[in-house]
Amino acid sequence: MSLLSLAIWTPIAFGVVLLALGRDDQAGAVRWLALVGAVISFLVTLPLYSGFKLDTAAMQFVEKSMWIERFNVNYHLGVDGISLWFVLLTAFINVVVVIAGWEVITRRVNQYMGAFLILSGLMIGVFCALDGMLFYVFFEATLIPMYLIIGIWGGPNKIYAAFKFFLYTLLGSLLMLVALIFLYTKSGGSFDLLTWHKLPLSGTAQTLLFFSFFAAFAVKVPMWPVHTWLPDVHVEAPTGGSAVLAAIMLKLGAYGFLRFSMPIAPDASREWAWLMITLSLIAVIYVGLVAMVQKDMKKLVAYSSVAHMGFVTLGFFIFNPIGVSGGLVQMIAHGFVSGAMFLSIGVLYDRVHSREIASYGGVVNTMPKFTAFALLFAMANCGLPGTAGFVGEWMVILGAVKFNFWIGFGAATALIFGAAYTLWMFKRVYLGPVANDHVRDLTDINAREFLMLALLAIAVLYMGLYPKPFTDVMNVSVNELLRHVALSKLN
Amino acid sequence: MIDKLSWIAVYPEIVLLFMACLIALTDLFVTNPRRTTTYALTMLTLALVALLNGLYALGGQTIYAFGNMVVSDAMGNWLKCFATIAVMVTLVYGRPYSGVRDMLRGGELFTLGMFSLLGMSVMISGNNFLVIYLGLELLTLSSYALVALRRDNATATEAAMKYFVLGAMASGFLLYGLSMLYGATGTLDVNAVFKAVASGQIKHQVLVFGLVFVVAGLAFKLGVVPFHMWIPDVYQGAPTAVTLLVAGAPKLAAFAIVIRLLVEGLLPLAFDWQQMLGVLAVASLFLGNLAAIAQTNLKRMLAYSTISQMGFVLLGLMAGVVNGNVLSAANAYSSSMFYVVTYVLTTLATFGVIMLLAREGFESEEIADFAGLNQRSPLYAGVMAVCMFSLAGIPPLVGFYAKLAVLQALVSSGETAYLALAVFAVMMSLIGAFYYLRVVKVMYFDNPITATTVSAPLDVRAVLSINGALVLILGILPGGLMALCANAIVQMLKT
Repeated sequence: MSLLSLAIWTPIAFGVVLLALGRDDQAGAVRWLALVGAVISFLVTLPLYSGFKLDTAAMQFVEKSMWIERFNVNYHLGVDGISLWFVLLTAFINVVVVIAGWEVITRRVNQYMGAFLILSGLMIGVFCALDGMLFYVFFEATLIPMYLIIGIWGGPNKIYAAFKFFLYTLLGSLLMLVALIFLYTKSGGSFDLLTWHKLPLSGTAQTLLFFSFFAAFAVKVPMWPVHTWLPDVHVEAPTGGSAVLAAIMLKLGAYGFLRFSMPIAPDASREWAWLMITLSLIAVIYVGLVAMVQKDMKKLVAYSSVAHMGFVTLGFFIFNPIGVSGGLVQMIAHGFVSGAMFLSIGVLYDRVHSREIASYGGVVNTMPKFTAFALLFAMANCGLPGTAGFVGEWMVILGAVKFNFWIGFGAATALIFGAAYTLWMFKRVYLGPVANDHVRDLTDINAREFLMLALLAIAVLYMGLYPKPFTDVMNVSVNELLRHVALSKLN
Repeated sequence: MIDKLSWIAVYPEIVLLFMACLIALTDLFVTNPRRTTTYALTMLTLALVALLNGLYALGGQTIYAFGNMVVSDAMGNWLKCFATIAVMVTLVYGRPYSGVRDMLRGGELFTLGMFSLLGMSVMISGNNFLVIYLGLELLTLSSYALVALRRDNATATEAAMKYFVLGAMASGFLLYGLSMLYGATGTLDVNAVFKAVASGQIKHQVLVFGLVFVVAGLAFKLGVVPFHMWIPDVYQGAPTAVTLLVAGAPKLAAFAIVIRLLVEGLLPLAFDWQQMLGVLAVASLFLGNLAAIAQTNLKRMLAYSTISQMGFVLLGLMAGVVNGNVLSAANAYSSSMFYVVTYVLTTLATFGVIMLLAREGFESEEIADFAGLNQRSPLYAGVMAVCMFSLAGIPPLVGFYAKLAVLQALVSSGETAYLALAVFAVMMSLIGAFYYLRVVKVMYFDNPITATTVSAPLDVRAVLSINGALVLILGILPGGLMALCANAIVQMLKT
């Protein structure tokens, strides 16, 4: 079996075994099996990086076989510089999430762990699929485990959140489904993504396609003004669910822009770039301001995610190499940082059972080790140089200034807001005197939590200090993509 | 003289008829309240019939028998094979349920079930207006009796009355329409009608007049708006085992007669009947999905869901002929066939779970009765969840590919109106997702009201697990069944 198939199906196979075998009276064994599964799933993705050829934009590790003959749908997988890192990121975050759910989840442990493992396999499938229908199947299938994760293990208002998540994202992707079938018809019966990239299309068709894809991907990213589901869902989802949602699921949308919208409808993408840039800037600035006034920590980080993803879409639609690469780096960095932020909130929530900023104060006095980690992640969230958050934002701003000074200027102001809401939250939660008895009774993180946060901290620092491995992988593919987008496909 | 080949074409029906009579007689001597002997004989017979039909279908021959009265072709044989298996599965699920409700007495459930299957078989293989009508009447008369099987139950009796009155009227419509067509063309033979209509010699008005009544009759049998009134009442009122007998296999037969009458007989009038189907489909998708949201009774919700699902089937049927061009016909009709077959598969598992949860004196048909099922039995909750996601059309479950095939047939026509219909259909399935998700929500997110464990006989457990697994497996590997439907339809269109 080839590497990409292994990366997709290993976690799914472990997940299915967990669903079939585990019961709550064997929770210990279930947890270990889940951890083993997650670690193996991560290990099988490593050869992808070591065997990746940096000098070509072509798809690598390609697998292709007929899947549904009647519609000419292929099981066609492959990665290039754009998707490679997300495969690794997904598998990595999955390990962290399994560790995060270790003691916290006591009910139906096997279903919890199984759902996350299956979800991770499906998301890797989205990043590897080179066939439109295969992509759609993976893209939609992720909704099922996430719906159950939110609904079963979520907070008090979990049912509302689960439905909002499912229906909101389904609405977007159904329009994409019609677009995919339209492309299938236009291309004379092919769902092959690379064929679609070369397919000439009229201006109207491109515009319609662009907006169908926009419906699916903008909701997923989420871009302003269709971001409203994200805060609601984040607040109610269990910690692991929030982490995966922010770290990986949002990236599925941004990735879709690069894989579908831009190469399939390049003329429409250039024509409507102004709209994308405007929406991105609104997300960066306005949603950044909204984040500042939040009282709930998870909501604050959720709005901050919207703002950070605004940087990503901004970087993509200014069409220069540094902007697009910056957007991609920002996606990976945000995967680490937002995952870490949500897990940190989870650490506090498990002890105090409150997400209100006002319930805390002076945590540093009782949890010094934890506060050190939290400080690092907060700094990364503001984009402090030396952390992962800095690299991507800096590249996007650089690209934006090249494109248009004022757009770059607008994006740069967001850094100030980012620092403001993150540091202000940090100050209110961690610094100052001990605020109440709950905080006084806090115990510092145990070895498991230390391991989980340390893994993320290493990733955040490594990426901040030495981003070259990340950008090296992307360069060729990004340049090729931009060369392709610059050519008109009108017929 | 009737040649030997004629008899071969109807062997499955003959076996079925003979054994149904024999089993009815045998049951007189059975005293066991669980009717084990009758049940075993029925299962054996159905297995044999399914096998025969399957072998015929694999042989792929098309035989016209008894002076063109019946036809045995790949499409018909596959549909008969699936229908027989569906009835078998229904009886497996239904036996424990019926046993505790004293419905097995007299073995009527089994014999009537077999007679209704015989009716379906005749409908599917009929190649003559009257033969098709005879099959239809045999099916519906058996169904009326089945719905009223619990004589002492008021709701069941009411449902049976309603079903009978409306059903008789619909049969009347159909017969009236067929007689109009007979008057216009001078023949009852489906192929001869096709030739006569295609010749263009016959007055269009008369044909369309007859066609309207035929479509109305068919719409009733499929249960699409505005001929859907009986569906919710019958689904809810009938004992669940009978509901499944009415809701499952007969859909395959109804699809077959739509194909036989409208496509094989009246394809030259496609422009007219496609418009009618379009209206029916849009109304069904709209009303079915909206009304289903308001239901608290699961069987009633599934009834409205059926209405909307049948709307999808009609959408596939109406995409066959575009601007007088029949190139996409095979594609469109096979998408509908795939839709019906997978729909029946999913419905079987859904009602299987409902019956499984029912106990003596407790029907378990409110959605709330499913609360916390995941905590009581993860397996059955899983089967139900898979079915619900499949009906909602979420990949990677089989219902998604059914919707995909129909949407593809619509979009590939290239007509703007059809593209708009496709967008409308996906929007409606978004609404549909809401009420299917609600069932999942109740099973997974709510806490159970009762802690009673769910137990089932081994055969039910095994069949239900396989049934649920098939919904998932066919979702991951749908290619085989799709190719089967496509080949069957291509062969049917050739002749």
